[in-house]
Amino acid sequence: MRLTCPYCGPRDHQEFTYRGDASAVRPVLDNTSIDDHNAYIYDRTNPDGLHRELWNHTSGCRTHIIVERNTITHDVVSCEPVGPFAEQLK
Amino acid sequence: MRYSAFAILKNALRGNRDWTPAWRKPEPRNNYDVIIVGGGGHGLSTAFYLASVHGITNVAVIEKGYLGSGNVGRNTTIVRSNYRLTPNTGFYEKSMDLWRELSHSLNYNVMFSPRGVLNLAHTPGQMDTHAERGNQMRLMGVQSELLDRDQVARLNPGLDVSGSARFPVHGGLLQPDAGNARHDAVAWGYARAADQLGVDILENTEVVGFLKDGDRIAGVEVMRNGEPMEIRAAKTAVAVAGNTGRVMKMAGVDKLPIETTVLQAFVSESIKPIIPTVTTFGAGHLYVSQSDKGGLVFGGNIDYYNSYAQRGNLPVWEEVTAELIAMFPAFARLRLLRSWGGVMDMSMDGSPIITTGPLPGMYLNAGWCYGGFKATPASGWCFAHTIANDKAHRLNEAFTLERFKDGNPIDELGAGPTPWYH
Amino acid sequence: MSGFRLNLRDGVGANLSDNAISFSFDGKNYRGLEGDTLASALLANGVSIIARSFKYHRPRGVFTAGSEEPNALITLHSGGRTEPNIRATEVELYEGLVARSQNRWPSVNFDLMAVNQLAGKAFSAGFYYKTFMGPALQGHKATRFWWLCEQLIRRAAGLGRGTTIPDPDHYARMNAFCDVLVVGSGAAGLSAARRAAASGARIIVCEESARAGGALVSTPDFIDGEPARDWSADQISELSAMDNVCVLTRTTVQSYFDDNTFFAVERVTDHLSHKDKTSPRQRAWNIRARSAVIATGALERPMVFAGNDRPGIMLADSARRYAIEFGTAPGRAVAVFTNNDTGWLAARDMAKAGVIVTAIVDVRADIEPSIRSIGEECRATIHSGSAIKSVKGMRGVSGIVIANYNELTGELGDDSKSIACDCVAVSGGWSPAFHLTSQQGGKPTWDAELQAFLPGEPLQKWHGAGAMAGEFGLTRAFRSGEEAALKALADIGVTIPKQAAKAGSGPDIDGDEIDYAPAPVFEINSGGKSFVDLQHDVTAEDVRLAHREGFVSVEHLKRYTTLGMATDQGKTSNVTGLAIMAAASNKPIADTGTTRFRPPYTPVAMGAIAGEKYGHLAAERLTPMHDIHVDLGANMYANGPWMRPETYNLPGETVEQAYIRETRAVRAGAGLVDVSTLGKIDVQGPDAAEFLNRVYSNGFAKLPVGKARYGLMLREDGFLFDDGTTWRLDEHRYLMTTTTAGAGRVMEHLEYYRDFVWPDLKVALASVSDEWAGVAVAGPKSRDLLKACVKKCEVTDKGLPFMGIVDGVIGDIPVKIARLSFSGELAFEVYCGAHWGSALWHALMSAGEKFNVVPYGLEALSTLRIEKGHVAGPELNGRTTPHDLGLSGMVSSKKNFVGSVLLQRETFGKEDRLQLVAVKSLDGQRIRGGSHLVAGSKVQPGGSQGHTTSTCFSPELGSYISLALLEGGYKRHGEKLFATNPVRNAHVAVEVISHHMVDPEGGRMRG
Repeated sequence: MRLTCPYCGPRDHQEFTYRGDASAVRPVLDNTSIDDHNAYIYDRTNPDGLHRELWNHTSGCRTHIIVERNTITHDVVSCEPVGPFAEQLK
Repeated sequence: MRYSAFAILKNALRGNRDWTPAWRKPEPRNNYDVIIVGGGGHGLSTAFYLASVHGITNVAVIEKGYLGSGNVGRNTTIVRSNYRLTPNTGFYEKSMDLWRELSHSLNYNVMFSPRGVLNLAHTPGQMDTHAERGNQMRLMGVQSELLDRDQVARLNPGLDVSGSARFPVHGGLLQPDAGNARHDAVAWGYARAADQLGVDILENTEVVGFLKDGDRIAGVEVMRNGEPMEIRAAKTAVAVAGNTGRVMKMAGVDKLPIETTVLQAFVSESIKPIIPTVTTFGAGHLYVSQSDKGGLVFGGNIDYYNSYAQRGNLPVWEEVTAELIAMFPAFARLRLLRSWGGVMDMSMDGSPIITTGPLPGMYLNAGWCYGGFKATPASGWCFAHTIANDKAHRLNEAFTLERFKDGNPIDELGAGPTPWYH
Repeated sequence: MSGFRLNLRDGVGANLSDNAISFSFDGKNYRGLEGDTLASALLANGVSIIARSFKYHRPRGVFTAGSEEPNALITLHSGGRTEPNIRATEVELYEGLVARSQNRWPSVNFDLMAVNQLAGKAFSAGFYYKTFMGPALQGHKATRFWWLCEQLIRRAAGLGRGTTIPDPDHYARMNAFCDVLVVGSGAAGLSAARRAAASGARIIVCEESARAGGALVSTPDFIDGEPARDWSADQISELSAMDNVCVLTRTTVQSYFDDNTFFAVERVTDHLSHKDKTSPRQRAWNIRARSAVIATGALERPMVFAGNDRPGIMLADSARRYAIEFGTAPGRAVAVFTNNDTGWLAARDMAKAGVIVTAIVDVRADIEPSIRSIGEECRATIHSGSAIKSVKGMRGVSGIVIANYNELTGELGDDSKSIACDCVAVSGGWSPAFHLTSQQGGKPTWDAELQAFLPGEPLQKWHGAGAMAGEFGLTRAFRSGEEAALKALADIGVTIPKQAAKAGSGPDIDGDEIDYAPAPVFEINSGGKSFVDLQHDVTAEDVRLAHREGFVSVEHLKRYTTLGMATDQGKTSNVTGLAIMAAASNKPIADTGTTRFRPPYTPVAMGAIAGEKYGHLAAERLTPMHDIHVDLGANMYANGPWMRPETYNLPGETVEQAYIRETRAVRAGAGLVDVSTLGKIDVQGPDAAEFLNRVYSNGFAKLPVGKARYGLMLREDGFLFDDGTTWRLDEHRYLMTTTTAGAGRVMEHLEYYRDFVWPDLKVALASVSDEWAGVAVAGPKSRDLLKACVKKCEVTDKGLPFMGIVDGVIGDIPVKIARLSFSGELAFEVYCGAHWGSALWHALMSAGEKFNVVPYGLEALSTLRIEKGHVAGPELNGRTTPHDLGLSGMVSSKKNFVGSVLLQRETFGKEDRLQLVAVKSLDGQRIRGGSHLVAGSKVQPGGSQGHTTSTCFSPELGSYISLALLEGGYKRHGEKLFATNPVRNAHVAVEVISHHMVDPEGGRMRG
């Protein structure tokens, strides 16, 4: 499997660290609802098909990217940078 | 037909013409007491124990493909109960008890082979953690032995126990009565035995939806031979491992503490016996044993990403073979014959879920990560108990769906709620 | 069978040179020629029985001429180079080669294990599942009976014998990238490579054999007026000379992974007599191809008939290739048995090469006149509409019995006729070799016209060409190769104008144009033992038995009978097996389906897959002071990736004596320990303080510049994640330290929050673990020691108060000193640039000489912190919360942070949770690591109430102690329990005490 890093170009997925479902978004800092936090940590849609997921190019530039990938075929549909410099990288 | 040496001889003399199908291929009825979705090891063993222990024989097992087409037919066949945490130790030891009798219970030789499972340790600290686990096992009545380096070397002559190894072996934890079983035989044996007790096993029958009476699950909608059909039941149980997410969505359960990933397994060419026990590497993740046919059967980590594809990628190949030949440098010239992948229902703490619910009329058995094979008997036994009594047995009462949100994970590795790290 | 060497001449023995080579098989010396394979050389020497089958130990000979060989498995070499299960058909002969037969006793010609055959029909499919269960006595006796049988069965099973001597060779890996990968260099592959290369694209061509060209190497056809063999050799040289082309021979593309990642293995020195030690034995190629042309040809399959496993029976095209390529007659008198035209071509080519073809038996009644004339050409008797009923001979072939065959009913007539022959060359048609694309999940489809499965729709960027894609014959191979190349070029955005594409297309071919489709005949059922899977001894009856017992799905068939699970993975048997199943089920083959091929294509040495990691599993991380520790005689050990000193033993000292001495020395004076392995993260930016405040459970917002603070990090689920000190170096700059083991995961954790959760915070993170070397100086004399060497700053209590940080200089070395204590003593951590690490150590050691400073290792470090009650890895086990470890004071209630919400969950307040205490041995016995805390005796210990986490002998308490996690431990100080350790045969009376065992008020470190 190959992912495209916005800095480094297409690289083998071995260079990246998988960080899981990108639709799991942490509640904002002042949200102290246990239910909301539980949902963030434990509830997964685990789709068979397109999956938006977070990868970190840990053996490269350490940029995080959101990868849209098909979990049945492993086809990578898109790789988008996230983080404070995402806009500049696009 | 009862299987025995006598039956084999008798049939051989008649040219093997009189053997009958191991299980029937029945047409589905419209109504059952219990429907089990998933004709893998766990579904079939659940059916068997429902029938044999609880007398519930009006049961259908519904399988999308051929029977045993999931992980029961594609694992590395290891059977053990060397767990650290109490709920796991107890549950898996129950499984061991059932394994020991299984060939007889089923009248089918599942080739349970208690050849020993050895976990290597590579630092003094790891020896201590192994001791901690071994002691937990002893205190729970499970056999375990802490071996020093020389004992390990005597047990496994090919193992690199030299001080010059990158991660020198200090010793290991042995569960002497753990071992292997023949995976396909487990599926077939349970199927045949359940069938003989009256359970209908419906192969090539795909669940495409759930029937509901109000909030209550009342059975399933299936496709069979290209035709839709409704099958009703008072109780509907789901045991579909890696496909849990897919199937539960049909029932309206969109989110679960489970993610599906792919685990690869590997087998070498057949050679004469060379490693006596199941052996695991402690400075990485690798488990290897030798099949009766002579192939080295091994595996390591999952491919770290969500996947429903029954195939993996190259990095795991490299890592797994590198670890294998770090343990056994003589195996560098042995040859990999085949690799394959299975999809794993990785839970948030690495431990399973065997529970009533999450909807009325429904029962869920899931979250086996890559430890489901050894659990097959106890999983079915506990799940059958849970279905029959609408209440968990003492042995599976900790394996709830709520434990994650309650803050009571059963986390052997302490890896936290990151499913692919378990 | 008695094979022999033909008169070598043009077109006979094309692969061979005149150089004689001597080799041995089973201890006997033979001579072959350079260019031979072991199989061809053995055949030429008249050796017919080469191996024994897996189950029945039946004698077996050579069945094919390639990597699909099921029968002729031998063991090569000896000692650490022993290689079992090697196919003789693939071994290139070299001077001094030593091969042995395997899986036989006492010899391959006389194998006593062949008694297995006597069990005959009892030894059928599924045999094991139905018996060996033993008497159903109580307890575990049943299991024991199988265990006993299994020991015997295991010994009989298995093929060759492996070794336990390490492999002395090495392996390498190449990461390669190309525009188009061409797999196979036959007609289709060559034409694809030519076309693709002409565009300037980067091409890699992989050929499994030693010689590129595929079928062109042995076909009698002419191309552009040249013999095909010469033409292909020219083409290969031209391609190899191009800068944008890399041609790899002896390179098998084994696996096809996602995103066109291919795994291939090149056999670099296997075929050489004198192996250059600097060369790897094999090289793994990880090839990332933008597109690929798969031109892997097709594999001939046999028909199944009674007695079809005798040595002397081989595939027709292989028999032909032995004659043409290796100048070897597979027998004195060859009968060809076929259901298609290619069998006739094989007969013709063999006859031309000087092989006597006595008969051609074809199941088809109607044979094209042009084909029929071939029989006359080679002076063979022709038996159309006939089939083999049985084979004469026990250990070889002495003749065949044929009878009329009815193609429609599959029945044999009563008109038996004997034909004398010592070799049967059989052809049952051709199966496209689409293994690679099947690995990717493309579902094959059955083509009733061609009587073959064809590759399914591509799921990735590949294009099939030649026989692999069902395009049989040279003309179609060339054309499909061109087309595939154009499609592959289109994939990478290179389009070639139609005109140009046409202009270069296809060479001029002068050769056979035949119909490759066989008659749909797979088995001649005459009642005798007919083998489908030769290596695993799976018979046609086994397949029918599986059907009878309901194992009708192809996967069940495979698993129940083991058909296709041998080392050849059913390359020559799968299609036949499922055709027989289809017939038994009365279903078309298309509905029966086929199993999925799994990687690798052929068995691969595990060393090759591990590549450079064989012998180098993981890099060793060494601190800048590593050599000093070694020189000081430290016990270095692998702690994760790091090599670290356990103790610095004096002569005669045990590890325990050493760490006790080191610990005492620290508490009495001063000691140095290398702490360079701690994770270090540079955190900068205007929001750095806010960021730290969110990721740590304790407050960081108000940490002044020049001060350090111990911080706790939680996971979102409230459990402890990591700990360490963080130093505020400047208004917007912090240096965070983490545990050694946690360095990587803490960095990833922080990056996740910075990038994904709070990208609005202005904070930058950089791992600086390797940039800094660190030495902890601990002990009551540590300040004096520093005073003696530190310049340009104050290290007095006033100048450097507890948790303070200063910049100074030691000698020429700029250092950063923080007053931190892990040991509970007055202590400092001194950091400098990594390149100064050894200089710093030496400077501190010499400054410490007059204070009797000692170096101390991890054991003493651990002992000091256990005595002090500081937690570390064994307590931060991923299952403990701050409260569990007595660290509630480190959890701020004034802010929200990672883990703060879920930490509020009810269960974490329960009083019976495992809580941190210490235990002290009451009877002088050692508390061994991994003990559990119980109330009962050694014999009846009762249930576990907790367990020890970190144990040591405490010089301070004069007793063995341990930190422990105990149910409701905080309220149990003073209780007497036992630290039981059955696996280490220990049961020690202990007292539960507070984990703050040394200087609980902290006077020493604050002093």
